[in-house]
Amino acid sequence: MKQPRPMKTFVLQEQGPIELTHATISYFFPKVEASVKTHSSTPMEAPIRATEFLRFTLLSLLFFVCRSSPSHDLLISNAERRIDLTSHIVKVYLTLKVENAGSTPTSEILLAFPPTQVDHLATVEALVTKGKRKKTTLARLDVTPTELPDAPNGTKYFTIYLTNPLNSGESTTLEVLYLFTHSLEPFPAEIGQSESQLVYYRDSALILSPYHIKQQTTFLKTPSTKVESFTRVEPTNRAGTEMKYGPYEDRHPYTFSPILIHFENNSPFPVVEELVREVEISHWGNLQVTEQYTLVHGGARHKGVFSRVDYQSRPNMNGVSSLRYLLARLPPRVHSVYYRDEIGNISSSHLRTDSRKSELEIEPRYPLFGGWKATFVIGYGLPLQDFLFESSDDRRYLNFTFGCPLLDTVVDKLTVKVVLPEGSKDPSAVVPFTVEQHLETKYSYLDVVGRTVVVMEKKNLVPVHNSHFQVYYTFKPIFMLAEPLMLASAFFLFFVACVAYLHIDLSIRK
Amino acid sequence: MAAPESSAAAVPTLYTNNALRNAFGGVLAFFILLLIGVMAFSIRLFSVIKYESVIHEFDPYFNYRVTQFLAKNGIYEFWNWFDDRTWYPLGRVIGGTVYPGLTLTAGTIWWLLNSLNIPLSVETVCVFTAPIFSAFASWATYLLTKEVKGTGAGLTAAALLAMVPSYISRSVAGSYDNEAVAIFALIFTFYLYIKTLNTGSLFYATLNSIAYFYMVCSWGGYTFIINLIPMHVLLCIVTGRFSSRLYIAYAPLVVLGTLLAALVPVVGFNAVMTSEHFASFLVFIILHVVAFVYYIKGILTPKMFKVAVTLVVSVGLAVCCAVIAVLVALVASSPTKGWSGRSLSLLDPTYASKYIPIIASVSEHQPPTWPSYFMDINVLAFLVPAGIIACFSPLSDASSFVVLYIATSVYFSGVMVRLMLVFAPAACITSGIALSQAFDVFTRSIKFQLPGIASKAEVDAAETSSSTAEAQNDVVKAEKSEETSKNRPSKKSKKKEKEEKPLTKAKAEKKRLLALPLDSSVISLLLLILLGALYVVHCVWAAAEAYSAPSIVLTSRSHDGLHVFDDFREAYAWLRHNTDVDDKVASWWDYGYQTTAMANRTVIVDNNTWNNTHIATVGTAMSSPEKAAWEIFHSLDVKYVLVVFGGLVGYPSDDINKFLWMVRIGGGVFPHIKEPDYLRDGQYRIDSQATPTMLNCLMYKLSYYRFVETDGKAFDRVRQTEIGKKYFKLTHFEEVFTTHHWMVRIYKLKPPKNRIRGKTKKSKSKTSTTSSRAKRSGTGKKNPWH
Repeated sequence: MKQPRPMKTFVLQEQGPIELTHATISYFFPKVEASVKTHSSTPMEAPIRATEFLRFTLLSLLFFVCRSSPSHDLLISNAERRIDLTSHIVKVYLTLKVENAGSTPTSEILLAFPPTQVDHLATVEALVTKGKRKKTTLARLDVTPTELPDAPNGTKYFTIYLTNPLNSGESTTLEVLYLFTHSLEPFPAEIGQSESQLVYYRDSALILSPYHIKQQTTFLKTPSTKVESFTRVEPTNRAGTEMKYGPYEDRHPYTFSPILIHFENNSPFPVVEELVREVEISHWGNLQVTEQYTLVHGGARHKGVFSRVDYQSRPNMNGVSSLRYLLARLPPRVHSVYYRDEIGNISSSHLRTDSRKSELEIEPRYPLFGGWKATFVIGYGLPLQDFLFESSDDRRYLNFTFGCPLLDTVVDKLTVKVVLPEGSKDPSAVVPFTVEQHLETKYSYLDVVGRTVVVMEKKNLVPVHNSHFQVYYTFKPIFMLAEPLMLASAFFLFFVACVAYLHIDLSIRK
Repeated sequence: MAAPESSAAAVPTLYTNNALRNAFGGVLAFFILLLIGVMAFSIRLFSVIKYESVIHEFDPYFNYRVTQFLAKNGIYEFWNWFDDRTWYPLGRVIGGTVYPGLTLTAGTIWWLLNSLNIPLSVETVCVFTAPIFSAFASWATYLLTKEVKGTGAGLTAAALLAMVPSYISRSVAGSYDNEAVAIFALIFTFYLYIKTLNTGSLFYATLNSIAYFYMVCSWGGYTFIINLIPMHVLLCIVTGRFSSRLYIAYAPLVVLGTLLAALVPVVGFNAVMTSEHFASFLVFIILHVVAFVYYIKGILTPKMFKVAVTLVVSVGLAVCCAVIAVLVALVASSPTKGWSGRSLSLLDPTYASKYIPIIASVSEHQPPTWPSYFMDINVLAFLVPAGIIACFSPLSDASSFVVLYIATSVYFSGVMVRLMLVFAPAACITSGIALSQAFDVFTRSIKFQLPGIASKAEVDAAETSSSTAEAQNDVVKAEKSEETSKNRPSKKSKKKEKEEKPLTKAKAEKKRLLALPLDSSVISLLLLILLGALYVVHCVWAAAEAYSAPSIVLTSRSHDGLHVFDDFREAYAWLRHNTDVDDKVASWWDYGYQTTAMANRTVIVDNNTWNNTHIATVGTAMSSPEKAAWEIFHSLDVKYVLVVFGGLVGYPSDDINKFLWMVRIGGGVFPHIKEPDYLRDGQYRIDSQATPTMLNCLMYKLSYYRFVETDGKAFDRVRQTEIGKKYFKLTHFEEVFTTHHWMVRIYKLKPPKNRIRGKTKKSKSKTSTTSSRAKRSGTGKKNPWH
């Protein structure tokens, strides 16, 4: 076994998120020693000097040198990780070459995440490459969160299920994509109007994995060349907007090496704190969608004055990270689009339509600086035949996109309400991911029994979640006539009453 | 346009038999009325089509907010609502200080719709309340005018009222103000009064009291009713038209109406204690005395009666003198002589501008100019005199009421622009009468002289004239006023017509002699139609262009298309989402209602100008130098100051233009603010010639802070001048938000600085929280920190 190189951190700026004073050092020091000692029984462990620990955050300490013996005989021969930090949604592309070194075939591959990251994990997707050389195709694999009994330090797992079990000695290549939200911490947390937004990103230079990794490399892409500081874990290279950690070789399971990157990210951080999408089906041919947004700029908080004159005269230097407009991608053939808030119409919006898609460009009433909030409603109508179909078993189903139509936006909490027409029965929803579901009743125009509403809730969404979902229900067209008949009979009765009144003399004295 | 239709409508019905003709005319009148209602509603939708479905201006926002509260919390909570979002730190008892009619009406409509599962928002209901009620108002006008001069006049008046610009200005969709429902209530109350007067039915008298109650609920203008009706009763008595119908029309109204009015919290005991209501009680007494005298006269012989009169008059005079003396003493003991400021300014137009700057500062309390008459009632101004003359031939109880109504409302409209609104229905009614009478005369003249139908007309003469809707009712009315005992509802009166035929025949002969030459009547008819067309064109223009702007969103047309200025809502939305929910915002009172409704933040003063001192405090702060202003605002717990500034885009009604009123109102309470300090040789200016007091006051600084950096010259487009002081810094305030076109600027008060050693004592006395103390310390004392 090769002795791993001692890790060094290279910090330009001596300010950490947790300032370690002498007291805390003395408090943590024995603990660090202890943790090193307990694990030093394994000979592969790197001797780490305690001083280097001081640069790491407290949380990352928990995972530093934890390990447990995986029950599998899988190993990862090559891992390449690309982390995209250009927007506020952190995209991680992981290419794993998995090898079955054991004797039994296995079809389950585990992905491990530290608990701090799992909280921000929006989605995990795994794809397997099939075919050889040029004829490769990608096939999607099932990924489910898994609990393991002996998870060290609260490590969370996701299991990838292979379609074909991996036989002994075989290897396969997996493409894993996962996204983190709220993982860029603005530092300084408050900035003035003319300052640019700097953020911290925390991760590990080594991929946390329950398997032995023979060789691994991590690439990080920052939005600009302006990087204030970053942790060095040799070999570490930085060129332009890209940083390369590795290649590291022969790392044991659960090896962890925290890194901290402090860089400039001036893209606005649009976060929708709450989004309620209401999709109302009318069998008269319209699908009405109403979306209520609570938008917040999730970046560094705005501090002090907001000067319009600076903002208008020097837009490149002032409020660069402010949120000026948003783009919503709506389905084609959209009509009656409105954009308003609780005090009326917001006039700053543009709609561009073509045959394949519609784009709605909206500006909030005021530019959103860090921490500023805005609420608004977008509503539009769609032709029903584009979204409502009949299934083979004589039921109808609505096929509609689940997520938020705004581009590049994180949604903390999404509620999708599908309002079925009055008189529809047995609703059931099919969603490609897990959501909380329940039923409600809504009374709309002249309803008597009310409309069934299928409510689906999900937290922490990213644009990847804009996949289709289906709501199945049965509906008899005769119910469509209920309300016109009701109105007609009401008017008829009214006229009858009028005629009766005119023809009956109610006076007592003739 | 319905006017020619309605009178022309009668023509084809001439030759069918009577019953069918009546039925047909009724249906036609019904459809015309329906169309008038639709027109009244739709002409007010320009604001929704051109702008959006949104509440307009200032006061409607308050009403909207109250309605929201009502819809959310129910009626009991509403009566007990103490609003702590306004008049900080005093608050305001909303339930007891608003006229609840409008709010309750819209709240009821909303509740009704929602219980039918029609999920309209409160805002939508509020926006469309005014157009709906203007349709009702035009129908009420029809009823009133029909009682006075018959169906034709009624339809004409209803059509005129449906589109009279004066009323449109207050009732476009979104203009959710008291007047929207009050005008309907006013006309309907008058209708029921006239109806009671014509029929003597106690049923209508009761309805009249309820309608009056609704009017009291809706608008402070109810005092107009409770003074006009007594005046008419007095007129009837004086002119010897006393009858039991008059008694039934008036006495229940006073008793029931006053009791009901006292139920409205905002009126309460005012219904019996303020001088505005005294006239009605006085006339009530007189009416009873007269009724008693008539009764005595009936049971005594003429000789005995004479003796009794001399006896009673001598005793009565003495008693009356005593009562009047007591009354005068009572009234004189109250400081405003029992009259409220707004009412006093009605009687003495110069009163407000002399004594109450806060009333004088509102543009709608100014006397109108002649162009505004032309703008608001257009051709009606020329038709009104003709209508008055028509009312005199013949003069009935009802038509004398219309004459009195127009005479008084002309006076009131001359005092206050706002009261043009009361004048407009009167003008419509008289003009409707005039137009319809003129059409009547001209069409009849043509009919008698056309050679083709002349012979037939000769035969049918009697029937013809009696069956034209107007003439018919005229006769009925005349009959009715003569025979008082047979008062039947109009439903039955149709059967009576046949008996009256001989009489009408004679009348028709007379009318035939009055026929005008053919050509002149044709030309006059055409001219009248042209006049009507002009009126319609003007009304549509006024509705579309002049009165539809919601004033919270402005548009300007330039060569590169429509430009929208939505700065007010931008600022309010910013305040709503990015300040703490309990922060206090200070601004001039004009923006108080909007800030509470749109931004949901606590304000210091608002458009309900009930506390002059409080407003004066804000005015003083705005006209003080920065340091003193900071102290005043700080003492009021203010965190943000909002100013409206139009200098960049040329929006004229901004705070700099209103500033002199702030100085005047502030100076009225705090004498250290002196108006001459802000004027250079009596001229208000902000350029380099301006006084140093002006250039150093808070309003100037907050408006023009960093303004020079926009164009380098600091050219104010409203005042058309370069400003006097261009470069300055703010020491106690910081800019936190300025809207896209700079129309609203929001500043935050900087937190108080830490105490400096050795000045502890002084600063302690400075931070004393009573506003008056803070102000006194702000007058000219040296700033301890500089």
